[in-house]
Amino acid sequence: MLHAVPLLAATRATWPDILVFAAAAAVILVGAIGVVTSRNPVHAALSLVMTLFGVAVLFIEQEADFLAAVQIIVYAGAIVVLFLFVIMFLGVDRAEDTTVEPLVGQRPLAVVFSLITLGGVLAMAATAHWVTGAKQVVGPIQGHVAGPTSPAGEPAQLGKQLFTTYLFAFEATAALLVIAVVGAVVLARRPPTVHADPEESTSTESELPA
Amino acid sequence: MVHLGYLMLLLPLAGFLFLVTFGRRIGDPVAGWIGTVAVGGAFVVACIVLAGLLGLPDNGRVVVDNYFTWFSSGGLTVPVGTLVDPLSMTMCMFITFVSALIHLYSIGYMKNDRDYSKFFIYLNLFVFSMLLLVLSDNLLLTFVGWEGVGVCSYWLVSFWFQRESAASAGKKAFIYNRIGDAGFLLAIFLIFERTGTIQYESGPGGGIFGQLHHLDGGAGLAAVLLLFMAAAGKSAQIPLFNWLPDAMEGPTPVSALIHAATMVTAGVYLLCRMNPLLHVTATGSEIIATIGAVTAFTAATIACAQQDIKKVLAFSTVSQIGYMILAVGTGAYIAAVFLMVAHAFFKGLLFLGAGSVIHGLEDEQDLKRMGALRRYMKWTTVTFTIGFLAIAGIPPLSGFWAKGDVLDNTFAHFKVLWVLGLITAVLTAYYMSRLEILAFGGKERFDKVGPQGEPALHAPHEPPWVMRAPLVILSFFAFFAGVLDLPWVHTDNLSSFLAPVFAGTLYNDHLGAGPEWALALADIAAAFAGVIIAWWLWRGDEVYQPKLEPAFLQRVWYWDDFYDTIIGRPAQRLATFCAWVIDVRIIDGAVNGTAELAKATGNAARKLQTGYARNYALGIAIGMALIIAFMLSRTWWG
Amino acid sequence: MSLSGAWYLGLAAIVFTIGAIGLLVRRNVLIMFMCIELMLNAANLTFVTFARMLNDIGGQAIVFFVLVVAAAEVVVGLGIVVTNFRRRETTVADDLDSLKG
Repeated sequence: MLHAVPLLAATRATWPDILVFAAAAAVILVGAIGVVTSRNPVHAALSLVMTLFGVAVLFIEQEADFLAAVQIIVYAGAIVVLFLFVIMFLGVDRAEDTTVEPLVGQRPLAVVFSLITLGGVLAMAATAHWVTGAKQVVGPIQGHVAGPTSPAGEPAQLGKQLFTTYLFAFEATAALLVIAVVGAVVLARRPPTVHADPEESTSTESELPA
Repeated sequence: MVHLGYLMLLLPLAGFLFLVTFGRRIGDPVAGWIGTVAVGGAFVVACIVLAGLLGLPDNGRVVVDNYFTWFSSGGLTVPVGTLVDPLSMTMCMFITFVSALIHLYSIGYMKNDRDYSKFFIYLNLFVFSMLLLVLSDNLLLTFVGWEGVGVCSYWLVSFWFQRESAASAGKKAFIYNRIGDAGFLLAIFLIFERTGTIQYESGPGGGIFGQLHHLDGGAGLAAVLLLFMAAAGKSAQIPLFNWLPDAMEGPTPVSALIHAATMVTAGVYLLCRMNPLLHVTATGSEIIATIGAVTAFTAATIACAQQDIKKVLAFSTVSQIGYMILAVGTGAYIAAVFLMVAHAFFKGLLFLGAGSVIHGLEDEQDLKRMGALRRYMKWTTVTFTIGFLAIAGIPPLSGFWAKGDVLDNTFAHFKVLWVLGLITAVLTAYYMSRLEILAFGGKERFDKVGPQGEPALHAPHEPPWVMRAPLVILSFFAFFAGVLDLPWVHTDNLSSFLAPVFAGTLYNDHLGAGPEWALALADIAAAFAGVIIAWWLWRGDEVYQPKLEPAFLQRVWYWDDFYDTIIGRPAQRLATFCAWVIDVRIIDGAVNGTAELAKATGNAARKLQTGYARNYALGIAIGMALIIAFMLSRTWWG
Repeated sequence: MSLSGAWYLGLAAIVFTIGAIGLLVRRNVLIMFMCIELMLNAANLTFVTFARMLNDIGGQAIVFFVLVVAAAEVVVGLGIVVTNFRRRETTVADDLDSLKG
């Protein structure tokens, strides 16, 4: 039943690796718990930044340098800043009361089922032999692109796959971004003060009850 | 000529259809004449067919005409055809003749009734059904006619359905008939299952009568008893006779036609037709004879205590048919048919005479309020008296010869039943004399106020000639019908005509001159005894004599009350239970309960829609946990 | 050589769970959003781990797309939050219960 667990066997890990991992893991966990337990949204956002940094470090550990950079720039740099913008804009940077829970049974059930999920995933990862699939389906991480003298490495590989195998998805995400921006502009527009015309206001507003 | 049997069926049917379409427009009295002509035409055709039949040699008088196949299913083929033989032609002759006379009578009797044409519609349909019953060549078609006469009886008995008692009586008649019909159907099924055919003579393997060896022992007895159950229902024998007295609620011509001359003889006809089957077992015939005799006696005792003129005649009918059934049970089929013919004449006459009295006295039917009608209605008195003499068994009228035949054959078989029959003959003479005296004799009572305050009536008048003519004609036949089968004539009479039909099963017991004379004298003595006793007891002015009319007899030996207690009330309780408990609580409860369940489930499920996004997210989390658990189980246990 | 992938997977699973609990327990919409980001990050970490274990660039490509989509999603989501806030002055998720059955 319990298959051999090659995944859990220690590989040729060296001390720096272990240390880096431990530190990054600690940062991530502290940040995560901080997000979940902070009473002030601003504190939560800053904890989130901590977590993102930790994840970026782990990306670098896993030979995903480009992604680590993108993570910092996009996630920590843009998304969290956006969050903070909105928090300040709305003026909700006050602490809230986290002890009251009006919904019956929400907290216990949430904890229970999440822990069940966690346990299940870990057990599956430990015992299933089909968790991992075939190797190198798309392409190697480090390799040469078009000849031994052209650039190599993970960013090049990633770029190659993005512009060949996943080209359609790439273009689609570009369109998605445009749509997102347009949507945000439409949603966040202030209703004009001159005419109190309901057509001028955002479309989704009219559906929401006052 | 002998193949014209179908015309006998088509003429009344045509009359029926014509009157259905145009009757209301034609109205009184043309509709009545059309109905009469239709049935009269059928009588003419019957005469022609009879002439044709007589032209055939003695033992070749069986003509089966197949017109088309009604349906064919599996091993069963049901043709529509006629069987013309001496038995069916005898029946057709007196049925059409008496029906035509009664149609004529009804033209006068039903005058000014608001449903005049409807009456003739029903009558014509009735004649059609009865002829179908008699002429058909297979059991199923007979059953169609059987049902037809039952339905027409229902319609005609409850003709004045605005009266609660009439509507009830119609229902009662139909329900009792239905019970008999169940027996008939079961008999048909049994016979078909055993013999493979339902045709009397012409089916595969020689019809039912050719295949009787399959119906031996228990099956044969069962078939006989089931057929007798049908006959008991239709011909008002014990235990299904209670409907006939109540059926007197119908107009008097109906009582004359259906409940004296024709429908009630259908049961006897069926048994005569199936006579080979009746001889498969001796037990069956014994049972039939016993029930016939007991019924005859019981009904006669009840008739002695009835106050309504029509009820006396009704119980008298039950009693006379009891005689016929007794004859069938002793194997004396020809005697039964002879009595049937004679009874059609004199009972029809008696009922029509009673109708004349009722018509003249403005619908008064209570004997205790009549009296001395002989002074006001001469024609009616004379004809009625002829009928009375006939039924009482006074020679040389027809009743004496016919009843004599029956009693002779009974004496030869079952002495005990003969004694019962003889006592019944005394009673018959007694109650008919009582009726004659109370209605026509004595002093007038109708011109005084009644005991419960009924107003005094005017002196009655004779009915118009359309009503008198049938009376006269029937009285002629009632007087002379004895010539059909006089005991010392052995050729060219009813016996020789009918003998081939009953060949092999007829009990032809010639007792010898000595015993026959002795029995004849006994019959005469019985008849006169009854008349004299009645005259002695009822000649005075005191018409209310409770000692002579005990409640036990008036209440029909409490048979009706018995049925009510045993069947009627429990059935009502069951129906109430079904209506209020099963229907309302269980069935409606289940249906409404399902709706309530759906509503309750909906209401409960509605609580899941809290509107909080976090609850829905919790649902997603639960689903996620379940999926992970499922995948885990897949990895662990394959 | 780095640690075996199992550790990273375990860590990612724990972070995911923490994010899930946070999403279900917190009432402030903005913090719920941040928990969603946590979960997305955990998923990204898992993908990158598998990419390294299987030496497959496909895993990283997925992460790339996840990042882009997450960004778009945050944009639109916050726009909705802002719009909502204009209607009713609240950022508590429980106050948006008009679809109650």
